Amino acid sequence: MFEISYLKAKSLSDAAALIGAHPEAKLLAGGMTLIPTLKQRLARPSHLVDIGGLPELSGIELKAGRLAIGAAAKHYEVAASAVVKKAIPALAYLASRIGDPQVRNRGTLGGSVANNDPAADYPSAVLALNATIVTTKREIAAEDFLQGMFATALEEGEIIVRVLFNVPKRAAYEKFPHPASGYAMAGVFVAETAAGVRVAVTGAAPGVFRWNDAETVLTKNMKPAALDGLAVDPNDMNEDIHATRAYRANLVKVMAKRAVQKLLATK
Amino acid sequence: MTKIELTVNSAKHTREVEDRTLLVDLLRDHLGLTGTHIGCDTSQCGCCTVHVNGRAIKSCTMLAVQARGAQIVTIEGMAKDGRLHPVQQAFTDCHGLQCGFCTPGMIMAVAALLNDNPHPSDAEIYHGLEGNLCRCTGYINIIKAVKQSAGVLRNG
Repeated sequence: MFEISYLKAKSLSDAAALIGAHPEAKLLAGGMTLIPTLKQRLARPSHLVDIGGLPELSGIELKAGRLAIGAAAKHYEVAASAVVKKAIPALAYLASRIGDPQVRNRGTLGGSVANNDPAADYPSAVLALNATIVTTKREIAAEDFLQGMFATALEEGEIIVRVLFNVPKRAAYEKFPHPASGYAMAGVFVAETAAGVRVAVTGAAPGVFRWNDAETVLTKNMKPAALDGLAVDPNDMNEDIHATRAYRANLVKVMAKRAVQKLLATK
Repeated sequence: MTKIELTVNSAKHTREVEDRTLLVDLLRDHLGLTGTHIGCDTSQCGCCTVHVNGRAIKSCTMLAVQARGAQIVTIEGMAKDGRLHPVQQAFTDCHGLQCGFCTPGMIMAVAALLNDNPHPSDAEIYHGLEGNLCRCTGYINIIKAVKQSAGVLRNG
């Protein structure tokens, strides 16, 4: 790791001031992506502004049909939360499948969403549940926030405070994890909401995306077999040493069918 | 450089470290606790697992300065009064190691797993140890050791 200066923010406004004062600074919460990146010398920020322990970024509560989760909530906290398990069990399940136990004990919701790794789990829930990202500056709708591979609507110095997830009627998440990293090779979040079914896919393409054709057929007929005639275009999928485009396209369909099967078994 | 205080295996320590110092390097190089191993450079192997405020974490993926004020337990803190911790004893009894390099991290991960879930199923054991790699692939006996120590810990 290159030399770096560590600054522990005392409050959210202190964090904003520190990040404003140091243009080459990076925010640090759980550090589960950032610290490995620094270890490999793939980034060289001047300062790290630690916001991981800020009380303003903690808390999980259900209010007015929305589940509000603080940006610094760790994956294990979301996975173990009685509030999350009751309101959106699929979200608790998703959190319980991120990385490994050590990662879940450090990694945070806000960090995952801000990083928007195309193979991360949380962005699929953010998109499928039409979540709102509350920052230090504004509220951003999921579809405006998520802008493709590692890209978000966040501006310089803008910090995610919490994420508001709409509580669906039913939902389910299924992923095919990469056997070494646990990252999704294809992960599908299916949410049945008052406004219809939403299906978000992560891991398979350069960024999380909604599978509109699946949403249309599942809104009419929530059955795994309803997806039989559909396919995502392999040309839109990623290809690497782990899987071809065609393999990933097939995985999306298989995971979607499993998610629907699981959704039907809930409640 | 930053001065930090932290508690490791019930002993308070104060050290001046570079901000970029990883917790594992503080433990090994500054405190001489070399039982915590470094098996990779990519945060994957879990050999460096220790407990920070009661949770298992990879000490190669946390800065020492982030552990300021924390309560840390390493493999050296597991045995008490000359008696091995039940998880250590089970790894010995079940031959839950071959070369032994991953063992300190495995034991810390297993102790944390059993703290969260005293009666894990096979699937829960596999899921709970996903952050630890044994390159000898001695997983069968590791699973046996988890089950034996779970029984011992449940029966107090």
